[in-house]
Amino acid sequence: MSDHTQHTHDDGHHEHAHDGVAQIHVTLKGYMTGFVAAAFLTILPFWLVMSGAFTKSGPADAFILLLAAVQIVVHMVYFLHLNAKSEGGWNMLALVFTIVLVVITLSGSIWIMYHLNQNMMPSMMKNVQNLP
Amino acid sequence: MSDMTMTVSGGSGAEEALRFHVTEDHHPENATLLGFWLYLMSDCLIFACLFATYGVLGREYAGGPSAKEVLELPIVAVNTTLLLLSSITYGFSVLEMQNNRRGPMMAWLIVTWLLGAGFIALELTEFTHLVSIGAGPGRSAFLSSFFTLVGTHGLHVTSGLIWMIVLLVQVGKKGLNAANKRRLMCLSMFWHFLDVVWVGVFSFVYLMGVLS
Repeated sequence: MSDHTQHTHDDGHHEHAHDGVAQIHVTLKGYMTGFVAAAFLTILPFWLVMSGAFTKSGPADAFILLLAAVQIVVHMVYFLHLNAKSEGGWNMLALVFTIVLVVITLSGSIWIMYHLNQNMMPSMMKNVQNLP
Repeated sequence: MSDMTMTVSGGSGAEEALRFHVTEDHHPENATLLGFWLYLMSDCLIFACLFATYGVLGREYAGGPSAKEVLELPIVAVNTTLLLLSSITYGFSVLEMQNNRRGPMMAWLIVTWLLGAGFIALELTEFTHLVSIGAGPGRSAFLSSFFTLVGTHGLHVTSGLIWMIVLLVQVGKKGLNAANKRRLMCLSMFWHFLDVVWVGVFSFVYLMGVLS
C-alpha cells in the first residue's frame, strides 16, 4: 500500500487523485504494443486453420489454445492495464481466484463428462440384450 | 470507507491529519473501479460455465449438422477484426480523455460504437442464416450450447453499445468531469473484457470447431 502511494507522488499526479483515474496512466505506446501483439496472435491461428496448414485436431487444438492464452494475457496487460500493484493488489487477487474457479469448472466438467460419455458407449456394456 | 471519512471530517488538527491518511490510502473513488472489476470477474464465471457447457455438448450433433459444416470462418475473421479494432479505438478514446480533449474523445467513442455495431450486425446475419438452413438452437445440443455461448457474448456487446450511447450523451451535456471519466474507465474495462471473452470464443468454438 505504501508503495502504491509513493508511486502516485512520483508520477506527479497527486493533484488529480480525486478524479479516480489517476492511478491508471495510459500511453499510446502501450496500446499500440498491445494491438500489434494481439493482431499477430489473432491472424496466426486464423491463417493456420483457413489456409489448411492445420487439418486435424489434436496438437493443433493445443497450439490454438496456447495462442489464445497468450493473447488473453496481452489483452489483460496492455488493454485492461492489469498489474500486481493496481488497487493495492486486489485486482490481481480477484483475478487469480477467478482463474482457479474457471480452471476447475472447465477442466472438471470436460474431464468428468468425457469419461461418462465413454462409459455410456454401447460397447462398454456387457449385457446389451438385458437393457430395456 | 465513506463512513470513515464522514466520521473524521469534524475539524480539529489531529482529525484533519487522520482524514488525510484515510483518503490517501483508500482512494474511495477507485473503489468503483475495483467493484467493477469484481463484477467482471463474476461475469467471467458465467462465461466459464457456458464454455464448459459447450465443451461438454459441442460434439453432440444429434444427427444434425456438425460444427465443421455450419461455421464459416471468413465471417468470424471479419468479426474478430472489427472487435479488435474497436478495442484499440476505445484505447484512443481513453487517451484523449486523459488529455481532456472532449471532441476527439467523443469521435473515437463513436468510431468504437460503429465497429461494435458492425460486429453485432454480422453476428445477427450469421444467426439468421443458421436458423434459415434449419440449424437453429433447437436442432441439437451442439447448436443449443453454441447459440447460448455466442448469444450471451453478443448480448453483452449490445449492452456495451447502449452504455456507450448513454455516456456520449452524458459527456456531451456535462463534459469530461470526474464522474464521467470514472464511467468511461468502467466501460473501457467492460469493452476490453468482452474482447478477451471473444478470444476464447473464436479459438475454442470456431477454430477448434472447424478442425474437429
